Amino acid sequence: MIRVDGLRKSFGDVKAVDGVSFDAPDGRITGLLGPNGAGKSTTLRILYTVLRPDEGSAHIDGVDVGRDSLGARRRIGTLPHGSGLYPHLTARENIAYYGRLYGIAAGELDEKVDRVVRQLDITGFADRRTKGFSQGQRTKVALARALVHEPRNVILDEPSNGLDVMATRSLRELVRQLKAAGKCVLFSSHVMQEVAALCDEIVIIAAGKVALHDSPDGIRNSTGCDDLEDAFVKAIDRAER
Amino acid sequence: MFETLRIVFRKEVLDNFRDRRTLLSALLLGPLFGPVVFAFAINLSLKQSLSDVSEALDLPVLGTEHAPDLISYLRSHNINVTEAPASFDAARKAVETGLHDVVVVIPETFGTDLAEGVPATVAVITDQANRQADRESRRALQAFSAYNEEIAAMRLMARGISPMVVRPLNIDVVDVSTPSGRSAMLLGMLSYFFIFALLTGGMNLAIDATAGERERGSLEPLLSLPVTRDHLIFGKIAAACLFMAVSLAISLVSFYVTLKFVPLEKLGMTPNFGPPVVGTAFLLLLPFTLLGASLMTLVASFTKSYKEAQTWVSVVLIAPTLPILIVSLLMVRPSAALMLIPSLSQHLLLVGLIRNEPLDLEHVLVSVIGTLLAGAALAWVSARLYRREGLLG
Repeated sequence: MIRVDGLRKSFGDVKAVDGVSFDAPDGRITGLLGPNGAGKSTTLRILYTVLRPDEGSAHIDGVDVGRDSLGARRRIGTLPHGSGLYPHLTARENIAYYGRLYGIAAGELDEKVDRVVRQLDITGFADRRTKGFSQGQRTKVALARALVHEPRNVILDEPSNGLDVMATRSLRELVRQLKAAGKCVLFSSHVMQEVAALCDEIVIIAAGKVALHDSPDGIRNSTGCDDLEDAFVKAIDRAER
Repeated sequence: MFETLRIVFRKEVLDNFRDRRTLLSALLLGPLFGPVVFAFAINLSLKQSLSDVSEALDLPVLGTEHAPDLISYLRSHNINVTEAPASFDAARKAVETGLHDVVVVIPETFGTDLAEGVPATVAVITDQANRQADRESRRALQAFSAYNEEIAAMRLMARGISPMVVRPLNIDVVDVSTPSGRSAMLLGMLSYFFIFALLTGGMNLAIDATAGERERGSLEPLLSLPVTRDHLIFGKIAAACLFMAVSLAISLVSFYVTLKFVPLEKLGMTPNFGPPVVGTAFLLLLPFTLLGASLMTLVASFTKSYKEAQTWVSVVLIAPTLPILIVSLLMVRPSAALMLIPSLSQHLLLVGLIRNEPLDLEHVLVSVIGTLLAGAALAWVSARLYRREGLLG
């Protein structure tokens, strides 16, 4: 479970995040939706602690990301935007490297790596070096290494970027599996259809602020738009005015 | 802490051993650069200084018929008198165009001038800007002045005067440089070759730690793992140190092998570069790996891309020459204070080692501890920089 409370973060004069608060509960898929530059990535970066907030706080399963950043990181699996792999290592070695750094004991490592390799359907190319992998294969491996330690919370930053139709479908399937396993899934996107197809909760962010936070149906009702895309545009319009 | 460090170290070593670019520069180009340049330079200087006496010199002479005695004198001094261009102007042209390096012209009046006791002219046409020609004309000139002295001595004796009269001085140059000492001069540039090889060995790893990871997009996920950044960066620096040490070892050994094929004794040098010296040199240079790896990591962390990092890190490759250069120009004797300066201290110790001088234990300690401390300080600074938010770019 992820709780975000009044986050603010500026880079120079630019207020990237300007008072963002929301909850992302366990067993649900929460979508962070917004146009490019709205502050989605900055918010997520604060959650996986590569950035520190200027103000406000965030908790992962009750662990404060500012006070115990290592503890918070241990509780999440992250797929940052444009995640890169080590091209000279095989897919399996890439995953095992992260497994070791997550502190998985040597005795359990092989078994855990095998499990995510099967779960993400990587078996066919698991022992090939990742140099020359397709974007879909790369995303799968990057996701596998984020899940190898079986985190309770999963943060995905624009995971479907650059994926083809089939890869996007299998990504959605995986996100639903994670939800079914009772995990808290938080992911960002600027694609309305994707969020609409997957999410139980939608947090619309515009200009560093939360413009709306509701279920897809709730958003349709509150904006008076049947079409989610219209609702999205309307909410952003309102926030940026 | 050590667990994380070990994991990162192992991964970096494996990753880079599979990277052809790293392997090529770390284990081949860097270590072999020195020995190849050295062997080339030595062979060149051997050619220039040794061929003088041993090889016969082909010397085109115009007007041989005017000085038969001089010609037979030249022949008896290992000079082959050959066909020359037909006229003075043609000879000039031949030297200008590089057809001949030296052409000697003996004018018609040579015989009569000599008989009358008037200085007889011999023209030596040469291009003094050409080093090769310079060597040959020097040999021709030496032969002529020897002939000159011989005739002069005969003329004096014919007049009942001892030739000693015109030799008030007997100049005797006594060279006290020992063969090892002479080698040291030449081998002085060696220490830089070794430092160069060492630094090249870890260059790609040091760049990869920040600029490389960032460009590949693997830095952000790495930093979101539950390990402290200090341990990540120390593991990476340790891996760079290993590559540097391997590169250094290859360089030393390949140099040892090269020396076996370079006839240094012919230049009057017996370098003291046996296996014990190779081993000692390795140990003396080893502390420099920490300094080199940390410095390169530090420099690379300021850059935006791999390419930019390579440019700046190349500057680090040249930096260690500066103290060496300054001190060789000033001709300073080794002292404990100078041992505090990394790269210079290794250079001075190495030169002493090759000169077969006993190692000063105090100097060694100051060098090792000073270099390690400087390295540790830089590693600490790189770790501080690795903690910055701006690292992600």
